[in-house]
Amino acid sequence: MAKNQRRLNLSQKYQLMTRGLDWETTYQPMDKVFPYDKYEGIKITDWDKWQDPFRLTMDAYWKYQAEKERKLYAILDSVVQNNSQQNISDARYLNAVKIWMQGVTPLEYAAFRGFNMLGRGFRGAGARVACQFQAIDEMRHYQTQVHAFAHYNKFFNGFNQHARIRDRAWYLSIPKSYFEDAMTAGPFEFITAISFSFEYVLTNLLFMPFVSGAAHNGDMATTTFGFSAQSDESRHMTLGLEIVKFMLEQHEDNVPIVQEWLDKWFWRGYRLLGLIGTMMDYMLPKKVMSWRQAWEIYWEENGVALFNDLARYGIRMPKHHETATREKYRITHEFWSTIYQFSHATALYTWLPDEEEMDWLCAEYGELFEKLYKPRYEYWRELDARGERFFQKRLPVVCNVCQIPIFHTYPDDPCKNICLVSEYKGTKHQMCSEGCKDIFDREPEKYCQAYIPPQQIYQGNCGGATLEDYRKWLHIRDEDAGEYYGSEDNQLWEKWQAEAARV
Amino acid sequence: MSIDIKTAAVEEKRITFDHIARKLGEGKKPNRYQEVVFGQQPEEVFHYRPTWDPERELYDVRRTAIQMQDFEDLLDPRQYYYATYVIQRSRQQESQEKNYSVVEKRGLLDNISDELKENIKKVVVPFRHAEWGANMNNFHISSYGFQTPIASAATMQGMDRLGNAQYLTRIGLILSENDPAILDEAKELWLHDPMWQGLRKVIEDSFVIEDWFELHLLQNYLLDGVFHPLLFQHLENHIVTRGGAAFAMLTELFIDWYAESRRWTDATIKVAIDESDQNSKLMQSWTEKWKPEVVAAAQRIADAVFADQSEEVMRSILDELDDRSRKLGLLN
Ligand SMILES: [Fe+2]
Ligand SMILES: [Fe+2]
Ligand SMILES: [Zn+2]
Repeated sequence: MAKNQRRLNLSQKYQLMTRGLDWETTYQPMDKVFPYDKYEGIKITDWDKWQDPFRLTMDAYWKYQAEKERKLYAILDSVVQNNSQQNISDARYLNAVKIWMQGVTPLEYAAFRGFNMLGRGFRGAGARVACQFQAIDEMRHYQTQVHAFAHYNKFFNGFNQHARIRDRAWYLSIPKSYFEDAMTAGPFEFITAISFSFEYVLTNLLFMPFVSGAAHNGDMATTTFGFSAQSDESRHMTLGLEIVKFMLEQHEDNVPIVQEWLDKWFWRGYRLLGLIGTMMDYMLPKKVMSWRQAWEIYWEENGVALFNDLARYGIRMPKHHETATREKYRITHEFWSTIYQFSHATALYTWLPDEEEMDWLCAEYGELFEKLYKPRYEYWRELDARGERFFQKRLPVVCNVCQIPIFHTYPDDPCKNICLVSEYKGTKHQMCSEGCKDIFDREPEKYCQAYIPPQQIYQGNCGGATLEDYRKWLHIRDEDAGEYYGSEDNQLWEKWQAEAARV
Repeated sequence: MSIDIKTAAVEEKRITFDHIARKLGEGKKPNRYQEVVFGQQPEEVFHYRPTWDPERELYDVRRTAIQMQDFEDLLDPRQYYYATYVIQRSRQQESQEKNYSVVEKRGLLDNISDELKENIKKVVVPFRHAEWGANMNNFHISSYGFQTPIASAATMQGMDRLGNAQYLTRIGLILSENDPAILDEAKELWLHDPMWQGLRKVIEDSFVIEDWFELHLLQNYLLDGVFHPLLFQHLENHIVTRGGAAFAMLTELFIDWYAESRRWTDATIKVAIDESDQNSKLMQSWTEKWKPEVVAAAQRIADAVFADQSEEVMRSILDELDDRSRKLGLLN
């Protein structure tokens, strides 16, 4: 007997399946049950106005995600079975993957834990559930990445010690301090930083180049988890936009707070992505697009359009965005020059661009590259040819906010190095830019706590006072670091190539 | 380019990551569960103190009074990581879905007696709020729990509880033929009916517990250990034996789910108790503190449903719980 019953539409059904479950507590005050969602000063007058960004019930989620996992793991298994690591473009490419495993997979983990806190912390049930879905998605991301990279670890260096260097290495403080900054803030700032600024505004600059780069360079494992994660990411982006609009609509007092966060997290995100831009420009043997071009498409067109949309809420463009745009011609070259000189203190290999790559860089970056950076690389190449591969003997001074070595130059003069100083409680703190200095000056109490690796090393807190001691403390061997040509990865790759040629 | 090479064995430089080798011993190959639960939580060099808890670090061992040499010992015997978890749940969900649509399409709940319908309306449907509370509590554990084994398992447990609450919502809607009023009425009972106030009070009190292990014990061991058998064993049996066989088709998953999640709960509690006398005393004291309230809350519901058999039902639930507690070392 078929029944003729009333129908509930999706949104009604979803409403009953989530927010309908929630209630106002009376045996304990709501402020004690949700102790963390007021201290940042964000005023929410009506959580019921929250628009659920994706209406997923658990049954649909399990079904949909299981489908994706079955496919993904089938490919990961086949990568192992077929030794697909031999099909990549060149072993230099793997350094991009190493940066990812050392620096970005830990961010997936941090996102997993951070969204758990929001999944418990927000007073609004709809927002809570949305964050729970993101929490478990992010758990998925770190796990699938560890599983994918585990295979590369069997053959190549720089993966095996990732859990130790994640916390200890100076260059990995850049992503680590970024996410810890967000996680140690309150829930509204965290979600603005991560879901909006990072995932909504900047993610295309991170994800697209990395995943397309993997596809271009024959890395099946990365390509597959990357594309598989994309439908999760689009949910996360929707959540980012929803939360920011929600805060702005709830109370006018929220507007200046949100604006300050957007300023801060735009700049911090931009600085962090310089690392990814460098990977795109220098580490991919087969290029996808240059940082400059990606910046133009994803920020100057899409990002700016988004901020224009937000103007009706009283939001203006993030501070210092002009500087970021002005730097698009130089940031990755300054960054690569730095990593090149310091790669003996990393678990990465670096190298100088070959002729063809030099031409590509000239074409993408024009006069400035030709005038400033190409001669520098040529000089280093000469040193290299004389057997004097250039490495810095001392450690770099790093910015007290973004933790990037201070190699930056003045916005209007790419030849003059910048280093700005703020004094707080009698101590001087160095910053790489006006953007970072603003961030420091707004919350000096927070940033003066930062663990600045070079300072700690020189104080002997990292295994000793020399670079050698430091490297030992990181568990990085000589063979894991420095120049790519002649490295173990390089030799292995050459061996595989020779074997393939013989067949 | 190299078909022959692909089929040939390629020499491996190392078996696994350093931190896994340290954990399992050299030469041991990890499985995929071990690969993702060990070594993932940051251990040192925390840059800033949390503004929401300035006395502690971002990841801080002091968020529970339980002490472990190594919190990564709190392993999940099911060895769930994301992929195996969602695949398992989607399988279960598929077969469950069939049950729901059969009951719904054939109207199998229509013909049960009014008395049984009242049981479902007044006991089963309001319980969705308790599952929602369990969702919140497990997200507290996953947020502040120390190390990845507990944090990841609690995340999945939290999602499971949202799923449970949603299945209970569906049962209500099947019974009411999609009239949401049934849910409003159940919520009224949850908020105001004396029968539910004991449970609602324990759950609201649990929302303000900071110690994540205490919360784990209260939510996943004590509350579940009493209420799941009460509703999905005894009440279910009560309904089925009175002509409501179709009801069992709707609650089958709760029985399977509880049997499975118990394995995780018991394993984590056992490991912590076996670690030290101090842990064991602490957990016993938590049990003594919360158990009477949990039992009293359940008693009210049992009295309302089982009338003169209520004593017997509660006795059987508590006997089983005590047996389990003795095995774990929670009870001497
Ligand atoms: Fe992610
Ligand atoms: Fe994400
Ligand atoms: Zn900086």
